[in-house]
Amino acid sequence: MSSEAAPERRFISGNEAVAWGVRLCRPQVIAAYPITPQTTAVEKLAEFIEKHELECEYVNVESEHSAMAAVMGAAMLGCRTFTASSSQGLLYMCEMLHYVSGSRFPIVMMNANRTVAAPWNIYGDHRDSMAMRDAGWIQLYVENVQEALDMMIQAYKMAEHPQVQTPVMVCLDGFVLTHTYEVISIPTQQEVDGWLPPYSPSENVLDLNAPKSLCISVSPEWQTEFRFQQQEAMEAAKAIIPIVDTEFAACFGRGHGGLIEEYRCDDAEYVLVAMGSVVGTSRLVVDQLRDEGLKVGLVKVRFFRPFPKQEFAALAARVKGVGVIDREVSFGYEGALYTEVKAALVSGAGNPVTINFVAGLSGRDITKENIATMYRKVIASAGGETEPEMQFAGLRWEPW
Amino acid sequence: MSKPTTVVFHYPTDKTEMPEGPYAIAGVLVETNAGWRSVRPIIADDKCVQCDKCWLICPDGAIDRIEKSYTVDYDFCKGCGLCACECPTKAIRMIGEGEAE
Amino acid sequence: MVKLHDLPEQELLYGHKACPGCAATIIARLILKVTGERTFLAYPASCLSTVTSIYPQMAFSVPSFTSPFAATGAVLSGMAAAVKAKKMQNVTVLGIAGDGGTADIGLQSLSGAVERGHKILYVCYDNEAYMNTGIQRSSLTPFGAATTTSPAVGCAGSIGEKKFKKNLFEIMMAHRIAYCATANPAYLPDFLNKVEKAKNTDGPSFLHVFAPCPTGWGFPSDQTLAIGRLAVETGLWFLAEYENGKARLTMMPRQFKPVQAYLGGQKRFKHLTEQEWAIIAAQRDREWAEMKDKWGRPSKNQVKG
Repeated sequence: MSSEAAPERRFISGNEAVAWGVRLCRPQVIAAYPITPQTTAVEKLAEFIEKHELECEYVNVESEHSAMAAVMGAAMLGCRTFTASSSQGLLYMCEMLHYVSGSRFPIVMMNANRTVAAPWNIYGDHRDSMAMRDAGWIQLYVENVQEALDMMIQAYKMAEHPQVQTPVMVCLDGFVLTHTYEVISIPTQQEVDGWLPPYSPSENVLDLNAPKSLCISVSPEWQTEFRFQQQEAMEAAKAIIPIVDTEFAACFGRGHGGLIEEYRCDDAEYVLVAMGSVVGTSRLVVDQLRDEGLKVGLVKVRFFRPFPKQEFAALAARVKGVGVIDREVSFGYEGALYTEVKAALVSGAGNPVTINFVAGLSGRDITKENIATMYRKVIASAGGETEPEMQFAGLRWEPW
Repeated sequence: MSKPTTVVFHYPTDKTEMPEGPYAIAGVLVETNAGWRSVRPIIADDKCVQCDKCWLICPDGAIDRIEKSYTVDYDFCKGCGLCACECPTKAIRMIGEGEAE
Repeated sequence: MVKLHDLPEQELLYGHKACPGCAATIIARLILKVTGERTFLAYPASCLSTVTSIYPQMAFSVPSFTSPFAATGAVLSGMAAAVKAKKMQNVTVLGIAGDGGTADIGLQSLSGAVERGHKILYVCYDNEAYMNTGIQRSSLTPFGAATTTSPAVGCAGSIGEKKFKKNLFEIMMAHRIAYCATANPAYLPDFLNKVEKAKNTDGPSFLHVFAPCPTGWGFPSDQTLAIGRLAVETGLWFLAEYENGKARLTMMPRQFKPVQAYLGGQKRFKHLTEQEWAIIAAQRDREWAEMKDKWGRPSKNQVKG
């Protein structure tokens, strides 16, 4: 019995939690290239493997593009795999992300959210994963270290589901989650083995007994039908994701919700929408403003792809104002989360005012005061006051 | 079966018939390459010394070796002429498509 | 030793859409006769992928995969890791890539794969340009060859490609690779023996194989192997092998034919004058002198002509 058999509770960082979650899922091949702030996750996995606590092949690839190519090579032979990256590395493997999703391999990766150069900066925002939103991956953003561990395990279940067969990217805010320590509960290997069976690939695999050509060329006459399948799989995932969470909760005693989670929204008139670690801070602000008598609530977007369109369409009729926190901005337009939320709201009944708050770029803190200001601005706008639709949450020369 | 032959391929008629990913069964041929030729090889058995060279070097594998006798698979011969050029005894000659042997 | 006559009848590459006389398909077809059915094959975007795997016509009969252009080495690494993880026995992880996908965009992933020591067999078929996309120059395009991006336009100094080929064989040697070799389909026993050695190597192996291209080089489709022979006879393609940390030439012409015997038969060189022939011959002599100096002369039975 190894010295590091999973105890019940540990005080560990987000990256280490990811490593534990992945270890418990028994991947057979891991290939990764180091990039801050992902490094400690893959270092921990290398240590687990070297100590024979995880039986897995670890491939020290020479680039991120090769990391995704290598795990794809293993996945096509029917192995459960894992890789992780961030920022420049995620963009370097951009071609491979499309390749994997189009090939329908259920690869799971962790992305440590970090901005993208230039200018150089290693701290957290959502620029990197947002740039990859069209790559065909299921994309989810965790709020805390416990969710990080739990969603690694859920990720394999949903990726490998026969109706999904779509790769999953689990996003952790760089440094704020990857390097922050919390006391969390780690399931036992036995529990996870019982919940997540070994990977059983579909026909889409290299098999000496049934030879196939994979990732073939497809002419204009047929490519559309393959793309239709990918969209269908994402749509199917919308229903499967909450079921996976319910089943997880039944086994492990805690769940995290579906595509979104609403916090105190039942009678809310003004909500903020956010993803990632800022959700945790925002909950405190909601409670604080509720104590002041303001009817505010919070919508945590957990899954950005597939996008919770129906949930926002339904929300539109219930609220007077929606603010969206974006930790990136699509230059020339708005924050990407805002654009998508706004479009989804439009498809519902009701006409809430909407404001886009670009905040927390490149590791700048989003404070409780910032978040309270955001709520007040949404309320003011709903009340008829003029507020710019898209605002940077406090520039140094125009502090909020 | 030592090599694939052409089949009538069943294209998916419904989304349930699509493969679960962009893959296809290996060794499936739906059309021949015969139409590429403007010349074709004729092997003279009396000059052949069974050296195997034509069978080895055909880029298309279109020369079948069946117990030391060699026949051209005209469905897949492209008429490149390598066999005729490389045959050490000049047992292979190229004639025009449509020409009688 | 591979007995050519005992190679299996089975065609694991058949029905493809390559140009008539294509050396890349001679190479791939014969390699598969050596590695057999128990082969996992990856090939990047290249002539080979385009002519073998457009839905639903699949010309390979082994499990195969079209890898991204830059990533063949990395994909092979993942496949080899999976073979190890699944404890599979008696299986070949094979990659067949062109010169572009090996020496240019694919060089990094190849280097990584070889450096890590995976048990893979990597074959580069060298048709000396990006042929699939219409004959553009690669780092393995030889001096004086006209391509669409190194054209010979008829004015002074426009001689086609102005650089000499990168030496892939020595790049692989520098990795202390378990086994690597250069080969030529016009020299079948030498070529296929090297394939077998590579297949049986416990570690990475690399074969750099000369692949004359009738379409891209401009010669009649029945001359593919004749051109292959002339490349060796003029010393413009050397046959060598590296194993157990030592390199050696596996063949040497007693006397080189003049370079124009090789250059003259190909449209891509037709613009060259005696001046360029002299430059090419001088470079050839320099490189051979270096090889003989570093690796010694081959044994007597490997000196031909």
